[in-house]
Amino acid sequence: MVSRTTDDYEKLALAGCEALCEPAFWAGFDRSSADGFHDYFRQLTEYEPKRAARFGIKHFCWLCINPKEADDPGFAREVMALIPDFIEKENVLGIGEIGLNKNTRSELKIFEEHVQIALDHDLPILIHTPHLEDKLKGTRLILDSLASFGKLDRSKVIIDHVEEHTVAEVLDAGYWAGMTLYPESKCTPARAIDILEVYGTERIWMNSACDWGVSDPMAVPKCALEMRRRKHTAEQIEKIVYTNPKEFLSQSPKFRI
Amino acid sequence: MLKKEELLDLQFVDARARLIDLAAFLDRLDRHEGSADIRLRYFKEALPILLEDRPDRAKAVLEKFSDHSSDLPETAPFQGATGAPVN
Repeated sequence: MVSRTTDDYEKLALAGCEALCEPAFWAGFDRSSADGFHDYFRQLTEYEPKRAARFGIKHFCWLCINPKEADDPGFAREVMALIPDFIEKENVLGIGEIGLNKNTRSELKIFEEHVQIALDHDLPILIHTPHLEDKLKGTRLILDSLASFGKLDRSKVIIDHVEEHTVAEVLDAGYWAGMTLYPESKCTPARAIDILEVYGTERIWMNSACDWGVSDPMAVPKCALEMRRRKHTAEQIEKIVYTNPKEFLSQSPKFRI
Repeated sequence: MLKKEELLDLQFVDARARLIDLAAFLDRLDRHEGSADIRLRYFKEALPILLEDRPDRAKAVLEKFSDHSSDLPETAPFQGATGAPVN
């Protein structure tokens, strides 16, 4: 987790975390060259797996240029040209987190080119949906765009950061849905549990936001505790925090725990 | 699933505190100088949703704060999000 200290790996290990998958995402600032991404992809595929392994955690990752830096198509394509050099690394599961940030035509073009890379290599896809006021429109744009890919296996696509106003459309279209837990500003553990109670536990998982903002790698274990307080059974909790992620991620032959 | 009484035991004090926070936020805005922008209008328009008799208030509030436009700009004027459609 490039944005976190080593202490966070220790906390996750103490909480029983066996594996984590880290999307390629924004660094908290815009990188000035494709070389910056080359170094970042090395960090994701070489250094972070070693840092996680010190605590017995298997580290997997996704590769792409994130939507926030994908608004310049020329620059984005320079970065995407690096992906084939890293795609065979043993911890790379697929393409992600691709998607939209401000719902622009440029972002959408780059999103679709990423989807094509995933299809060309038969890889799972992790999709970021925009935050706050842009989420509903962006999610619908993404769903419309994905529908144009006739060969796409929807069971190999997870659309992340769903909330109450987007989860049904994602699940109804046959995709996996991810709920990203934040201590403030977005989906909280309490609301994620509400979504599970309303929409069920099929093709859905939750993940901890571990980014440069206020976020908490322990959000998933804390949500599991909250599920116990709300009388969800051990089997229901196991399905959400372990079985479902394992089922989705195991579609990559590199994912083994 | 918990019964209503159990859920109130578990979460009422927290929800009460959050409601008071909202009231204090509005008081604070009134007390300070300057002019509020369109975000406050969205905020106030969302509040009555809480009292509606419907099972999806959270979804309705999120939709209230969502951009419902259909145009696609070529590039983004800025990177972040403000929480309400300000353009």
